[in-house]
Amino acid sequence: MATTQTLTPTMERQRRANMRRNLLYIVLIAIGLVAPFFAYPVFLMKVLCFALFACAFNLLLGYAGLLSFGHAAFLATGGYVTGYLLASYPALTPEMGIIVGTLAALALGTVFGALAIRRQGIYFAMVTLALAQLVFFFYVQAPFTGGEDGLHGVPRGELFGVISLRSNLAMYYFVFVIFLIGFAIVQRTVHSPYGQVLKAIRENEPRAVSLGYNTDAYKLLAFILSAGLAGLAGSTKTVVFQLASLTDAHWHMSGEVILMTLLGGVGTLFGPVVGAGLVVSLQHLLAQGALGAWVGPILGVIFVVCVLSFRSGIVGEILKSYRKNFK
Amino acid sequence: MTMIFGVPFAVFMGQLMLGLINGAFYALLSLGLAVIFGLLKIVNFAHGAMYMLGAFATLLGMRYLGINYWAALLLAPLVVGLFGMVIERLLLRRIGHLDHLYGLLLTFGLALIFEGTLVNFFGVSGARYPTPEALQGGFQLGFMFLPVYRAWVLLAALVVCLGTWFIIERTRLGAYLRAGTENPALMQSFGVNVPLLITLTYGFGVALAAFAGVLAAPLYPVSPTMGSNLLIVVFAVVVIGGMGSILGAVLTGLGMGLIEGLTKVYYPEAANTVIFLVMILVLLIRPAGLFGKEA
Repeated sequence: MATTQTLTPTMERQRRANMRRNLLYIVLIAIGLVAPFFAYPVFLMKVLCFALFACAFNLLLGYAGLLSFGHAAFLATGGYVTGYLLASYPALTPEMGIIVGTLAALALGTVFGALAIRRQGIYFAMVTLALAQLVFFFYVQAPFTGGEDGLHGVPRGELFGVISLRSNLAMYYFVFVIFLIGFAIVQRTVHSPYGQVLKAIRENEPRAVSLGYNTDAYKLLAFILSAGLAGLAGSTKTVVFQLASLTDAHWHMSGEVILMTLLGGVGTLFGPVVGAGLVVSLQHLLAQGALGAWVGPILGVIFVVCVLSFRSGIVGEILKSYRKNFK
Repeated sequence: MTMIFGVPFAVFMGQLMLGLINGAFYALLSLGLAVIFGLLKIVNFAHGAMYMLGAFATLLGMRYLGINYWAALLLAPLVVGLFGMVIERLLLRRIGHLDHLYGLLLTFGLALIFEGTLVNFFGVSGARYPTPEALQGGFQLGFMFLPVYRAWVLLAALVVCLGTWFIIERTRLGAYLRAGTENPALMQSFGVNVPLLITLTYGFGVALAAFAGVLAAPLYPVSPTMGSNLLIVVFAVVVIGGMGSILGAVLTGLGMGLIEGLTKVYYPEAANTVIFLVMILVLLIRPAGLFGKEA
């Protein structure tokens, strides 16, 4: 019996959409591969680290509807653990340091998540903020963080003990691969059946409960994943800049990642990447100009404008107008 | 000399008193947060900034306009309260129909603006405000020395907290407020101007924060960042107490201040963090908060 595959119009449209998406990914990866030849690699690495951080945060806010005001704690934990290990044990390779740092953030996320999901909505935000402040005070006093000075001179080392990361170009490609892995995890999570349940919980938690889902377990897993990825971003950032400091643990950092996600588009895959790119670029530009001291207030104004009249964010708005005009 | 678990009685009482003063500030701030949350359903992240603005209004009023402490006690909450009403009217109202998390984000942005702007003008080191003459000196109680100003702060905070409780629980305006908290749409259909009520409530809550700021001016260095760090502790206090009850907020605030004071006596390293640890404990044992109702 000869099987002739015929596609229904819906499947055909789906197939085209998938092809377009794959094409977009390929183009974006190609841009990422040639980018360091056109822009300063250290700047690009900073953008990638924060983009990963924002993607991690977005997984929680955008797909599970949980607003964490304490994600700085995971960024800082990843950074400090990796930084301390690499600085104290020269035999350790950078990828091992990053893995352990990520696992530390994952563990912290498990504890924080289990505590925070006991309260909903606005209380969830306050609990995560308070827990992150607890972590901040811990890092101020803990002997291994260097207190106010932070950890300096973390060696970049040799990847797998073979490839030296001393050159910014080598470091860049390593960071790029880490970012792609992180992004792929988020992408797969969001499009999996698990991600669908998360969205259902975001839209209507009582209904998800009544359908028989153990929503607490789903939310906790999302929190742990998000914390782990934030830790991965922090660990990577420490290796890139060879330092870990209290700035990463401060609540301002938790606010910044919210802004990046909001500006780019909450609940969109590329929104956090765009938002992180913009915020980091803005900070970079302002720091050089006369407005250097005004970074904080300017970010505040962007925050207010975003909440008042730009809630879908840049990518969200683009998607909206695309759907309106082409479907 | 009497000792309490190896600590001299005077030191013990002194730290307890300091804790109680901190507790008075927690109580005033969490009270304002609870009042605002009741009607607007948003957590006012700009609350710390409003407390800071109250202290700055006091400091700058003295420096440039010659306004003394007693006038500032009245004027600063008034000015900051009016400012809050303008913010509610122009900004918060426009997102009233949205998820309440947006309110948190908007007020967070406002806090960044106020704090950052003042940092640029005044730095972060903080200025000192003199204790008003009538409140200098102290009482020798025999077992401890009690500075008059600290006694005054405690008294003023308690009076204002109880006054707020009285207004909300025992007056007609308060009845409107409570009814509006339960069902704003029904209130509106009864002919009560709910939007005005919301504006006034936000102004009042913010004025409470500014009042706390005036009280704090002679005690702590007046700096742009004085509010934000305090606010995070107050958030933990609010999580511990729950925002459902006025007296609950006041009692939790004072209680947490005392616990902090005690920690300073016996294990100073944890003084910064003890309230967060209590919060974790409460989340484990009674997730809805000590005075909260199960949602």
